[in-house]
Amino acid sequence: MKTFKLGGVHPDDNKFAHQSSIEVFPLPQQAVLFATQHLGAPSTVVVEKGDKVKVGQLIARGDAFISANLHSPYSGTVNKVDLVADLSGIKKTAIVIDVEGDEWEQDIDLTADIKREITLSPSQIVEKIKEKGIVGLGGACFPTHVKFLIPQGKKAEYMIINAAECEPYITIDHRVMMERTEELLIGACILRDILSLPTVHIGVEHNKADVINHLKEVAKSFKGIKIHTLRTKYPQGAEKQLIKAITKREVPSGKLPIDVGCIVNNVNTALAVYEAVQKNKPLISNYVTYTGKSVKQPKNYLVRLGTPIQSIIEANGGLPEDTEKLISGGPMMGKAIANLDTYITKGFSCILVINNKEGKRAEINHCIRCAKCVDVCPMGLEPYLLAPLSEKSNWEKMEKMHVMDCIECGSCQYTCPAARPLLDRIRLGKNKTGAMIRARNTK
Amino acid sequence: MALLQFSGSPHIHTDESVKKIMWTVVIALIPTMIFSFLFFGIDAIVLTLVSVLSCVFVEWLIQKFLLKGKTTILDGSAVITGLLLAFNLPSSLPIWMVIVGAIVAIGVAKMTFGGLGNNPFNPALVGRVFLLISFPQQMTTWPKPHYWFTQPSVVTDATTGATPLGVIKTGIAQGQDVFQLMDTLPTYAQMLLGERGGSLGEVAALAIIAGGLFMLIRKVISWHIPVAFIGSAFVFAAILHLVNANIYIPPSYHILSGGLLLGAIFMATDMVTSPMSNWGKIIFGIGCGVLTIIIRVAGSYPEGVSFAILIMNALVPLINKGFKPKRFGTHKIKSI
Repeated sequence: MKTFKLGGVHPDDNKFAHQSSIEVFPLPQQAVLFATQHLGAPSTVVVEKGDKVKVGQLIARGDAFISANLHSPYSGTVNKVDLVADLSGIKKTAIVIDVEGDEWEQDIDLTADIKREITLSPSQIVEKIKEKGIVGLGGACFPTHVKFLIPQGKKAEYMIINAAECEPYITIDHRVMMERTEELLIGACILRDILSLPTVHIGVEHNKADVINHLKEVAKSFKGIKIHTLRTKYPQGAEKQLIKAITKREVPSGKLPIDVGCIVNNVNTALAVYEAVQKNKPLISNYVTYTGKSVKQPKNYLVRLGTPIQSIIEANGGLPEDTEKLISGGPMMGKAIANLDTYITKGFSCILVINNKEGKRAEINHCIRCAKCVDVCPMGLEPYLLAPLSEKSNWEKMEKMHVMDCIECGSCQYTCPAARPLLDRIRLGKNKTGAMIRARNTK
Repeated sequence: MALLQFSGSPHIHTDESVKKIMWTVVIALIPTMIFSFLFFGIDAIVLTLVSVLSCVFVEWLIQKFLLKGKTTILDGSAVITGLLLAFNLPSSLPIWMVIVGAIVAIGVAKMTFGGLGNNPFNPALVGRVFLLISFPQQMTTWPKPHYWFTQPSVVTDATTGATPLGVIKTGIAQGQDVFQLMDTLPTYAQMLLGERGGSLGEVAALAIIAGGLFMLIRKVISWHIPVAFIGSAFVFAAILHLVNANIYIPPSYHILSGGLLLGAIFMATDMVTSPMSNWGKIIFGIGCGVLTIIIRVAGSYPEGVSFAILIMNALVPLINKGFKPKRFGTHKIKSI
C-alpha cells in the first residue's frame, strides 16, 4: 500500500458519521453570505439593498487574477450589504438575504439525469469553472480555475483527486464518494480532459474500504481512472504528502505541485466541477459533517451557503452539555469557532464539537528531547528548536531552519508527550517570518 | 454550559505523557530487577530500595527547599535514575555510598542543570562514575551470584570474585592467552541468564533484552541506538579478534559481558541525553560501541560502557547540529 515516507501520526479516526446518508438541510429564513469566501483578492459585491435575487444569480464578482465569483443560493430580497463577524470574529463584507423561496435561474439544469458526455473544450471548461465560482473544497478555498492556468515552461503530468480525508471525524468525502459516485468520477474526468492527460489518479485511504470497492466498481464503466489505496496515516491529504504517496515525487521546498508536474483537487471540488460544467450549476451549497464524541447522532448535511451554523446546532438539539470547543474543520487543522453567530461558507467541511475530556489541554512539561516531534514531522523539520526560537522572536534563525516549509499539520503538537504548544509557537513564528521575507522582497 | 474555548489547532492530543513514558521504562526494568534479586538476594533488594528512595528524596528536597517550586517526583524519572544507579553497583556496596551516589546523580547531574529534560549527562551514570573514581576498591568488589532460592545459605557467605572482563584484563596482563582464560569464565548460557559476577542489573542478558523489546514495542525507544551500539561493538571486537585471537576475546562474549547490554538498551537510549535525528542516534550508538571496546582492551579499567556513554553524551549537542533530520523536498527534481 502506498503512503508518504517521512513522519506522520495515527490519531483515532472517530469517523462516527461514515454510514449516515447525506441529508439536505432546510433553507434558513435569513442568510448571510460573506462576499469573499476564497483565498485571494476580495470579490466585488454586485447587488444592492432591495434587489431581488434568484438561486444561481451572481452576487459578488471576482475581478482579480486570483479571485472567485459568488452566487446567490436563495431566491429573495437583499436586506443589506454590511460588515458581519466571521467565525474568528473578524468583520467582513457580507450580503444579507431575506429568503423568500427556492426559485432557480432558468439556465441551470435541475434534472436528476447524469450527463456523461463532455461537450465543452478545455478552455471553455476552465471558463465555466471560473464563472461558476468553484474553489478548492479541501479547506484552502483556492480558486480552482487558477490551478489550470499553467505557467510557461511547466507541464502537467498528473491529475490527482484528493480523497484521502485523513482528518479524523470528517466524513463528507466518504459520503459523497458513496452517494454521488458517478457524478464525481465524471468531474474527475473533466479535470483530466482539461489537461488532455490519459489518466486521473484518485487517492483514498485504506480506512475507507467500502469506498474503495465502490469506486473501483463504478470506475469500471469509465476509461482512464486509477484508484490508489493509501495506507491510513495523517497528514496523507496534505497536498505535498499525497503527491509523494501517489507519484513518489517530492515538491521541492518553496515550490508548487506544478513544479513536479502535478495538479491536485479535492473530491468535492470534482463534484462541483461536474455540476458547473455539465449542469451549469454554480457553487451555492456545501457538504458539512456535524459530529463529535458527545453528539448523539452525527450527521452529514448538504447545506446552502450562508446558513447560520446556529440553525445546524439547534436542529441537533443544541450543543451537548460537556462542550469545550467548537471547530470548523477537523481536529488536527480546523479552526476553533470564536463566534457562534456565523454562517456556512465554501470553506466549511465540518462542525466538530469537542468535549471537555478531549479538548482540555494537558499541563505543559519540560521538553524531554524524546525526538517524537522530529520523528513525526512530515516536512523533516525540528519543531523542538523552532518553537523556542519563536518565543525569542528570532525570525532570521527560524527562516534558516526552514520554518516556511511547515504545513501546520499539527503532528508535532499532537504527539508531544510533554504537551508543549509547539504549533502555536511555530505558527506565530511562521507568520512573522513570512512577513519579514515579504518586506525584504518588496524593498 | 461554560464559555467555549478558543485556541489554535491541533485540538486533540495523544494520550502519551512524560509520566507514562517514564513509568513504562520502570516496568521495562522489572525483569532485570527480579533477576538481580534472585542472584544477589537481600543485599540487592536493600540496595535498590535505598537507591530509589534516596534519588526520589533528594529530588524532592531540592525542589521543595532549594528551588521552592513544584515537586515532580511522581513523574517517575527519579525512580528510573534510582533503579539504573542501583543496577550499576555491586551488591556489596556500603549503603552510605549508595546514598552519596544518589546525591551526585540527582543533585549534581540532574537538578543543577534544571531538572528533567535539561541534563546533558545521564544522571545514573554520573553517580556511578563518581562512586567508581571515589571508592575504586568497594566499587570493584563483586559478590558471586547464586540462585538465592536454591542456595540461600551461600549468599550470606559473601564470597567475592572478579567479573569476566576483570579476569580477562588481569589474565592478559599476566601473559595468559584467551583460550586458557575462556575455560575459567562463565559459559554463554550462564552469561545469558546472569550467573556471573557484576553489577546488579548487568548480569542477566535475557532480562535486559526483554525489557528492551517491551520499550521498543511501546515506542519509548527506537532501534537506532541499541543496534548501532551493539552492532559497532560487535564489529570492532570481531576485527580485533580476527587480528589476534590470543589476546582479544570473541565479539559475542564482549557483547554479553559487562554492562554493554544494560548500557546500550537502558542508558544510551535515555531520551534527554541522546541525539534527536535518526542518523544522529546511529552515530551516537557507533561512538558508544567503539569507545567501549577501546576502553576495555586498551584502558586501565576492565569495563568502559559508562565512560563511553558519558563521552558521547558530551558530544550530543554537536551531533544534533551536524546530523539534521532529512527534510522533505530536498531531493533533486526528477526530469519532467
